[in-house]
Amino acid sequence: MAKAIEIRWHGRGGQGTVTAAKVLADACLSGGGYVQAFPEYGPERAGAPIRAFNRISEKVIRMYGPVLHPKVISIADATLMDAVNVTEGAPDDVIYVVNTSKDPKEVREKLQAKESQKVFAVDATKIAVESFGRPMPNSSMLGALCKATGVVEMDVLLENVKKSFGKKFAQKIIDGNLDAARRGHEEVKEG
Amino acid sequence: MGDIVAVTGNEACAQAFKQINPDVCAAYPITPATDLMQRFSSFVNDGKVDTELVLVESEHSAMSACIGAAAAGGRVATATSSQGLALMWEMLYIAAGTRLPIIMPLVNRALSAPLNIHGDHSDGMGARDTGWIQLYSENAQEAYDNTIQAFRIAEHLDIRVPAMVCMDGFIVSHSIERVEYIDDADVKKFVGEFQAVNPLLDMDKPKSYGPLILTDMYHEYKRAQHEVMTKVPNIVREVAADFEKMTGRKYDLFETYRLDDAEIAVVVMSSAAGTTKDIIDQYREKGIKVGLLKPRMFRPFPFLEIAEALQHLKAIAVLDRADSFGGYGPLFSEITGAVMSMNSKPAVINKIFGLGGRDYLPDQAEQVLDELVTIAKTGKVETIKEYIGVRE
Repeated sequence: MAKAIEIRWHGRGGQGTVTAAKVLADACLSGGGYVQAFPEYGPERAGAPIRAFNRISEKVIRMYGPVLHPKVISIADATLMDAVNVTEGAPDDVIYVVNTSKDPKEVREKLQAKESQKVFAVDATKIAVESFGRPMPNSSMLGALCKATGVVEMDVLLENVKKSFGKKFAQKIIDGNLDAARRGHEEVKEG
Repeated sequence: MGDIVAVTGNEACAQAFKQINPDVCAAYPITPATDLMQRFSSFVNDGKVDTELVLVESEHSAMSACIGAAAAGGRVATATSSQGLALMWEMLYIAAGTRLPIIMPLVNRALSAPLNIHGDHSDGMGARDTGWIQLYSENAQEAYDNTIQAFRIAEHLDIRVPAMVCMDGFIVSHSIERVEYIDDADVKKFVGEFQAVNPLLDMDKPKSYGPLILTDMYHEYKRAQHEVMTKVPNIVREVAADFEKMTGRKYDLFETYRLDDAEIAVVVMSSAAGTTKDIIDQYREKGIKVGLLKPRMFRPFPFLEIAEALQHLKAIAVLDRADSFGGYGPLFSEITGAVMSMNSKPAVINKIFGLGGRDYLPDQAEQVLDELVTIAKTGKVETIKEYIGVRE
């Protein structure tokens, strides 16, 4: 597990972005770390841009408040790159993980990423639709983020996806989400 | 050892309630405390506890029902926030004046107007003089631990006083973080069996609650209430010592951080203390001798103990997440009250921050520390009370 890492998630209300941050926190906790996961609370509307955050560390986390300089920026909806400032506070070694059908090189241009900044792209929505028939990109994004950052072991992540979805959903949906996470991990590309 | 989980502050407090299994909970929903009682009501529904959950039509009724149930002889708990606490106001005094050990997590939230659902301490500070014990929590772990300890403290036979356990709305109540739970059996053993004192339901020994006491004895009654509060600090410490034996986690009337050899210090409560500690570490690396004092028990306020802990300092900044319009922040007033008893008095300044959930960011802590460094050098205070993190 990483020593200390801060993550900012960009998504739209109803896409499961907050759930993704929670599942990642659970997974990192099972990996033995200290964790935080929290969304920015405002009017909660389906489709509205939302932000969520993770802090993950080997040591006790005392800092509260939004992550200002995220090491990882996960963008669960590519249209957000035109709607909100997704690059705000990005350090020179940031890792972007973007849900898009476009080539990662195109995404790099779009983000005007520096050479030292990493850009990963994955068609997380397509994977979700093919895996369980719904455009919920959170599990495939988690798989992709796991590959891009190495923040947690993939089998630990899968175990926690299973646990999280197991509380609410039928076996078919759980299996679909596990497939989506695996495919996100396999299909994410750096550009 | 109990489970290690990733949960919100609300979830952790609901778990404490589940483990303690109060006889009666009367509650009315209000953001951000709603989620706490909603989770607990699931435990009731699923038969995990045998608490009688009374769903009432307002917070005034919630506290009234709690008072009735506590006077009847039950172990009683509820939870609220902001306007909910404000609506309870008259009943809060009755709970304390009647010496009923009701436990209430207060998920701190701003007060209207304007309407705001986010975290600050306006609600808790407004209840400062109600006669309730108040414990403030930095994070979800402390909110959980304080809730469990609060039952032991409030129900102690020497005091029997209601207690609020405060945590920052949303910042702690809705953030998921690592919490170490305690085993159910250990929690049960720690809080012990509830001992009813003068229960109304003891039909063989009829009692009367809520008497009229006029000029003859009211003054004495109130002095007695104050005297009871003076016994609270020792009980809080005793309970903390037992708690430490069980969990290894240390609690006291307040927490100090890198304070012993400090020249300047910040006094701040709840989640902002965590953020401040991180910035203090950075300043310590630069060789600046700065520390922190975080009051845990705000009522009763440990004036003398805090004075002793702060008396070696040159300058202190008291950060208040609440305001008194036309006055100083409530925590500042207490700290200056403590400073009064010192022989050599440090300079004290007051910063109002984070109202209505405004983020308390590292640069605000840095700004405060930089000002303290200057004050320590020059001995001059420019402005006593100021707002930080304000958009101009």
